[in-house]
Amino acid sequence: METAHKEASGVTKTEEAPNYLNHESGIWSWLTTLDHKRIGIMYAWAVAFFFLVGGLLALAVRMELFGPGETIMGPDAYNQTFTLHGIIMIFLFLVPATPAVLGNFVLPIQLGAKDVAFPRLNLASWYIYMIGAFTAIAAILLGDIDTGWTFYAPYSLQQGSAVIIMTASVFVIGFSSILTGMNMIVTIHKMRAPGLTWNRLPLFVWSIYATSIVQILATPVIGITMLLLIFEQVLQIGIFDPALGGDPILFQHFFWFYSHPAVYIMILPGFGIISELIATFSRHRVFGYRAIALSSVAIAMLGFLVWGHHMFVSGQSAVSSIIFSLITFLIGIPSGIKIFNWIATMYKGSIWLQTPMLYALSFLFLFTIGGLTGIVVGVLALDIHLHDTYFVVGHFHYVMMGGMVMALLGGVHYWWPKMTGRMYNETAGKIAVALIFVGFNLTFFSQLIMGTKGMPRRYYDYLEQFTALHQVSTIGSWILAAGLFLVMGYGLYSLVRGKKAPANPWGAATLEWTNVAAIPDPHNFKRTPLVTRGPYDFHLADEVFGGGDGAGDGAAVRAPDAAPPAPEPKTAQ
Amino acid sequence: MATDTAVATPEADESHAHHPPHLQHHFVSSEQQFDSAKLGMWLFLITEILLFSGMFVAYTVYRAWHPEAFTEASATLDWVLGGVNTLVLLGSSFTVALSIHFAQKDDRMKAFWNLIATLALAGVFMVIKYFEWTAKFEHGVFPAGFFDPHGGYYETLASIPYTGQFFSIYFVMTGIHGLHVLIGMGVIGWIAWRTFRGHFSSEYYTPIEITGLYWHLVDIIWIFLFPLLYLV
Amino acid sequence: MVSALLAQSNSVWLPTDASTLAPEYDSLFYFVLWTSVVIFVGVVAAMVWFAYKYRRQSPDERPELVEESKLMEISWVVIPTILVLIVFTWGFRAFIKFGVAPPDAYQIDVRAQQWSWLFTYPDGTQSSELHVPVDRPVRLKMNSTDVLHSFAVPAFRIKQDVLPNRYSYVWFESTKTGTFKVYCTEYCGTQHSGMLADVVVQSQSDFEQWLQEAGTPEDMPLPELGQRVYQQQGCQACHSLDGSRMVGPTLQNAYGTERQFADGSSTVADENYLRQSILNPGERVVEGYQNVMPASYSSLSDRQVNALVAFIKEQSDAAEGTTAANSSQPPLQGSAAQ
Ligand code: HEA
Ligand code: HEA
Ligand code: HEC
Ligand code: CUA
Ligand SMILES: [Cu+2]
Repeated sequence: METAHKEASGVTKTEEAPNYLNHESGIWSWLTTLDHKRIGIMYAWAVAFFFLVGGLLALAVRMELFGPGETIMGPDAYNQTFTLHGIIMIFLFLVPATPAVLGNFVLPIQLGAKDVAFPRLNLASWYIYMIGAFTAIAAILLGDIDTGWTFYAPYSLQQGSAVIIMTASVFVIGFSSILTGMNMIVTIHKMRAPGLTWNRLPLFVWSIYATSIVQILATPVIGITMLLLIFEQVLQIGIFDPALGGDPILFQHFFWFYSHPAVYIMILPGFGIISELIATFSRHRVFGYRAIALSSVAIAMLGFLVWGHHMFVSGQSAVSSIIFSLITFLIGIPSGIKIFNWIATMYKGSIWLQTPMLYALSFLFLFTIGGLTGIVVGVLALDIHLHDTYFVVGHFHYVMMGGMVMALLGGVHYWWPKMTGRMYNETAGKIAVALIFVGFNLTFFSQLIMGTKGMPRRYYDYLEQFTALHQVSTIGSWILAAGLFLVMGYGLYSLVRGKKAPANPWGAATLEWTNVAAIPDPHNFKRTPLVTRGPYDFHLADEVFGGGDGAGDGAAVRAPDAAPPAPEPKTAQ
Repeated sequence: MATDTAVATPEADESHAHHPPHLQHHFVSSEQQFDSAKLGMWLFLITEILLFSGMFVAYTVYRAWHPEAFTEASATLDWVLGGVNTLVLLGSSFTVALSIHFAQKDDRMKAFWNLIATLALAGVFMVIKYFEWTAKFEHGVFPAGFFDPHGGYYETLASIPYTGQFFSIYFVMTGIHGLHVLIGMGVIGWIAWRTFRGHFSSEYYTPIEITGLYWHLVDIIWIFLFPLLYLV
Repeated sequence: MVSALLAQSNSVWLPTDASTLAPEYDSLFYFVLWTSVVIFVGVVAAMVWFAYKYRRQSPDERPELVEESKLMEISWVVIPTILVLIVFTWGFRAFIKFGVAPPDAYQIDVRAQQWSWLFTYPDGTQSSELHVPVDRPVRLKMNSTDVLHSFAVPAFRIKQDVLPNRYSYVWFESTKTGTFKVYCTEYCGTQHSGMLADVVVQSQSDFEQWLQEAGTPEDMPLPELGQRVYQQQGCQACHSLDGSRMVGPTLQNAYGTERQFADGSSTVADENYLRQSILNPGERVVEGYQNVMPASYSSLSDRQVNALVAFIKEQSDAAEGTTAANSSQPPLQGSAAQ
């Protein structure tokens, strides 16, 4: 860092100001970097790669289901395909995606900090993630992982050594998740810029805070569960294996004790992104800021008490089912508070329908469907018929793909200029949103319908009566894929040829836009900022509006020097 | 300390001009760095507790289902050895606390020797554990799937169903705890070496302090394991 | 039969209802569905309207602050809370009904295994099809011999996991005669999607007559009995009779031909070999196949095994003394999921 620093301070005089991307070069400088921004970018590559792989597997799943009987692969291949699709999408893509990519890149800057609290741990967590990912790939190459992403015993115990390696990989990736969560919490507590009180934290920060709590409290449990499963296979400890006196239901309790909170690890950061997008593109203070911030924490806490709703027909006791169902409903209430507050934020705003905002609106549409279908399966009696049907598959794709991935795409578009220093093509962006939105609904709404009709999930083959709906779903997946490949295409193009981005293209009012250069400095800020207003107080944010002669986008403002320097270091606690 | 690391310095290139060598550049002050490290360690300890709580749940469930098997099987564990180990760990917690105390007082060698004492006590703990485990293996007492007790009073276990499960849980819990002891020994050894080299002082003793926190946790977990496995 | 199902299911959402529990289920479902639709439409309409009404007019527009309204914030906490409490109570009551079988229910034992169902009646009759009398509560006592399975009949709106280490129960009272599908809805490996069965709902008298005929009568000729056992025990889930390869080797021409084993040895399949393969399948594993055939068949009676052997022998050209029984054989169904 020291040498890099000298370079940055004027030894090299290139025409471009030194920034975090160009102040050091070479692959080695990336692999050994401690800069949170670069680590975020490295995560971005890895995560995008696994999204692509998981998505291609999904297309194969859909292709196979185009008609009953064998279409492109046999039953064993199919079972492995959906298993890998689920494992990759959850553990390698969606759980790490937002905290590790956007959390890493954006959060310290939003706090006015130079870096996260533990940069070395941050880099270590990337390496741990990569080790876990390679272990997973090794397991896939060894073949024969067809347990579903849930690894239910005793079926998973019958399968070969590849399952052991895959569970080991989940165990390892869990560590990376824990380390990221720890880092974020400490950063939020200890690294805030002077004047940045808890009531002035951007909502994205609040959401990452809630996410990190869940990561820390839930992930160790999946760790020990996977470990016990491995011991069960290798040492035959008889905890889960009924043949040795163990109890397969206990495995399900352990698994869902992590995996239900994990769905909130996935969605909470999305809530944060949506708050940022709606505030910025409505140019309005977020309605009910406190309610949104605290509802994230409420969801994080309640999320620990509902895992049994995955087990209503498993044979768990009726009393526990009843309690789990009741608490499940309670989660709908803080979620509703968010939805309604976001809509209220748009009221009398100044709404600018750029691509990120279109993703945010898609999110509201799709997540509401996803959440309400979640309520449907949370009803004790209704879940009996719907459990393990395509209705559940529809539900979770509406929340994960329709909710979280939309939020993630919106966030990536929103922060793209800051991360890369370049703009993407707005028209292409809008076309892609349209394709994704239409394709998504075709793919998964048809699944909700066939699910209520009784179509079970994880079925390689099906009765003829479901053919039409399956075909609609498959065709939808092609439209959806076209949209996503378009995003990948113009994204890559923008990296090479994109228009140079201004420091604050959206006229946003949080620190990463107002106080940081177009491409951030290696140390983020020229001076530690002094925060004097809330994150969405556009009525106070004169620096965003400058002379008012911009393109409506704040481009006219040279923000980096606008904030006054901090007077006293002691106020930062 | 913190006064000479002013954030208010206008130019970025001066901001690390003078600060104590241990202070990482992204922190504003030593206090901030120390508090961060400590909070981070506490969070880590929480994850450790949750890791073990999974096993405590398994223990509770199976104990509730097969109370008789658990009492019988637990009677074959030697509570004297377990008790000695408890005292050994308690002692090591004490020495590690002392070493923090001496580090704060700038008494480098005393801090060092207390760390070495901690290391030695941890070693004693592991040796006793080793003998306990091998004594069980000799009599075919393995996790459930390989459970085949023979010889001496172990014969009786063979006739009681589910005693194997007790030993599964016993081996897994003490095994993972033992692994934590080994990791702790590695870290303490390293910290002791750094203490000896004079890396720490009353100004900067964070690594000793957080290692101590970790070691207390290892100790506390044993304090739960001992009565649950040996006594109840 | 498929077309019969199609004809019956005329609504967009749920399938035919054919049990006493179904109407109750459906009204709850539609209540939740329509409430959700109302909330959803409200949310989307407001969102679209605002996006249009308050679209940005000029680049430097700075909208007025909006006062936060406590009343609104409270209303969107209270109204959803009331709604979910209604739905919870309703769902809870229905759930209790699903859980508690009437005391006079007719009990049938169910054995699940990879990848077939076996139903055993109080008189010992076994069948791979579930036959039940209409308008009479039926309670199933279920157990699995290997991994988890789940017994589901969408037309009855019932589902219950089947576990290897304990019994689980499910009950229903069907209201319509006809044939409905049983699905396995807990993932259980390769043929999970083929683990289907039919529920045949009959009038009480038809049912009793079927029960009479479906037993394993003493006087039935062995090959014919073998065919029945072959279907009852779910052999067809893994073994075809037409030469096609499934999870296990085909039984066409199995008898009398040379078998290659994974350990390199080989033998010509005779009656003894067939018997051993059924009773102790793991002993010699045919090359190119996995050792997944259930060991549970060792509990078949002698007569059943003899019958199976006779039946398999009949599937072979090499078998001398093949009788006319062969030609009168009705067409066999393969895996049900076509
Ligand atoms: C990002 C991931 C995510 C999220 C956010 C959720 C959110 C929710 N989920 Fe979902 N769920 C999954 C991912 C997720 N889920 C996955 C992956 C599975 C399947 C796993 C597997 O088996 O493979 C699953 C399965 C699953 C089941 C088990 C189904 C079964 O297997 O039979 C249940 C049952 O209760 C459930 C319920 C809920 C509920 C109540 C919510 C709530 O949090 C939703 C809250 C939101 C709203 C309610 C909408 C907004 C609110 C309003 C507009 C206000 C008005 C509302 C009311 C009046 C209530 N989910
Ligand atoms: C994050 C979670 C996630 C996501 C995003 C998806 C996305 C998709 N999923 Fe899946 N899915 C799961 C999680 C997810 N899924 C899980 C957990 C299961 C359960 C598994 C189990 O039962 O064990 C499941 C199961 C599942 C099934 C049921 C299989 C069965 O039960 O038999 C089906 C069937 O249609 C399906 C389809 C799809 C489709 C068509 C998509 C599409 O949305 C995919 C579209 C994506 C692409 C086409 C790739 C394009 C990507 C790029 C071009 C990369 C470029 C990068 C950027 C743009 C940044 N999924
Ligand atoms: C879960 C799937 C499965 C079921 C159900 C099953 N089998 Fe098998 N069977 C196999 C497999 C796989 C093999 C080959 C491996 C082996 O020899 O064990 C096999 C082998 C055999 C063989 C030896 C065949 C040869 O080609 O040499 C016979 C005979 C046989 N099975 C009969 C039966 C009968 C009779 C039943 C029903 C009562 C039955 N099987 C049920 C999977 C199954
Ligand atoms: Cu049996 Cu799925
Ligand atoms: Cu859940």
